[in-house]
Amino acid sequence: MEAKRLIARLDVKGNRLIKGIHLEGWRFLGDPNEFCLKYYQDGIDEIIYVDAVASLYGRDSIKDIIRKTTENVFVPITVGGGIRTLGDATEILRCGADKVAVNSAAVLRPELISEIANRFGKQCMVVSIQAKRKGDTWIVAYDSAREYTEMEVAEWACKAVELGAGEILLTSVDQEGTQKGYDNALIQAVAGIVNVPVIACGGFGQISHFTEAIEAGADAIAIAHALHYQKISVADIKQEAIHKEIPVRPL
Amino acid sequence: MKKVTIIDYGMSNLLSITRAMEQVGAEVVLTEQPEIICEADYLILPGVGTFPDGMRELNKRNIPEAIHTFLKTGKPFMGICLGMQMMFESGEEIEKTNGLGIIPGEVVALPPVQQNGEVNTIPHMCWSEVNYKRDTKQTPFESIDNHSYLYFVHSFYANPSKEEDCFATSSFGDINFCSVVNHKNAWGMQFHPEKSGEIGLKILLGFLKL
Repeated sequence: MEAKRLIARLDVKGNRLIKGIHLEGWRFLGDPNEFCLKYYQDGIDEIIYVDAVASLYGRDSIKDIIRKTTENVFVPITVGGGIRTLGDATEILRCGADKVAVNSAAVLRPELISEIANRFGKQCMVVSIQAKRKGDTWIVAYDSAREYTEMEVAEWACKAVELGAGEILLTSVDQEGTQKGYDNALIQAVAGIVNVPVIACGGFGQISHFTEAIEAGADAIAIAHALHYQKISVADIKQEAIHKEIPVRPL
Repeated sequence: MKKVTIIDYGMSNLLSITRAMEQVGAEVVLTEQPEIICEADYLILPGVGTFPDGMRELNKRNIPEAIHTFLKTGKPFMGICLGMQMMFESGEEIEKTNGLGIIPGEVVALPPVQQNGEVNTIPHMCWSEVNYKRDTKQTPFESIDNHSYLYFVHSFYANPSKEEDCFATSSFGDINFCSVVNHKNAWGMQFHPEKSGEIGLKILLGFLKL
């Protein structure tokens, strides 16, 4: 049986864990490594770090954080934020990350996806898509949703997979930080047409949101706020999953 | 302290496996030098990337001969992920490439579609159950429960020609594939023990007890 994954998403600014709302505005929460270790001990399946300000300030802090994480956290680690070149990806993977997530740079230069996938394999290449609802569809946003394209999310997801994306990290800009649930229609629209795993991101607030996203076709869900503020535990979600007969890695 | 030699051929996340081996009490040596590989006590071939790239990098450094020399000593060897796949005779990723030929069989692509027409999600990237085909006594899996979940990331899988070489299987869509291979002192694991939480660490500890 293949387990659905529960992922802790940690946005970092410098050496601190932050939590944003609608990808703008930050609150400092503490040392990301401490949070990460706790989630690992609680049975989290995976970690995603997003460096919120990498493009502005360089990546030295995130590299230190990854190196420290690999000392005592033995589950897969994905790192995104500010990765613009094959060289950037190489450096991040060398620090101990298992996968890199690329957003803005891939929107601006899609070949980057192929370059990373060809060098390190598709499984390393996560394409992060920020989806902004527009009418009855979604368009691709980038640069922390400060910029928008004309491209439809489903179309971009297909192109990204064609170029070598091994996984899609699908964030709803509208739901992010609201705790009102994932955009399940968005998950359905993307998971229904790509044959790579889709991670639902943005909007988790209560346990039912997990099962709804999985039913919509997500292979994994990412949670930030609810974990960071201890509104829910990894055990709570896994128990619910087992109750609903959704396969998860037992604790 | 047990000394573990990890082959560094420019193809993988060596930090994770290094940290995991250190966590279970090993002293780690990273090397690409054939003479050090031959002399190892425990040898690990990690690997992320494509089969042809992996073999090219190994061949460039004359590592295959060193691995075969090491294996003749009877000391424990472990291939992880691509490292496991390269233990076989050949791989079909991108172009047909010869492997190390430690275990008879070939490495083939995971099927994109199931018999009933359902489309598979590839890469197989998730925690999956590992189901034993053989007795785990005096193996790295001795203390691990059957059906434990371990972390997989791969698009190809190894198909051993001899059934007895398949130590454990896992399922993907409607097929079962060999997720742990073993022949004498050579072990191969398709999943990543260094990324599989506490159970993965226990397997590494079990390897150190061989």
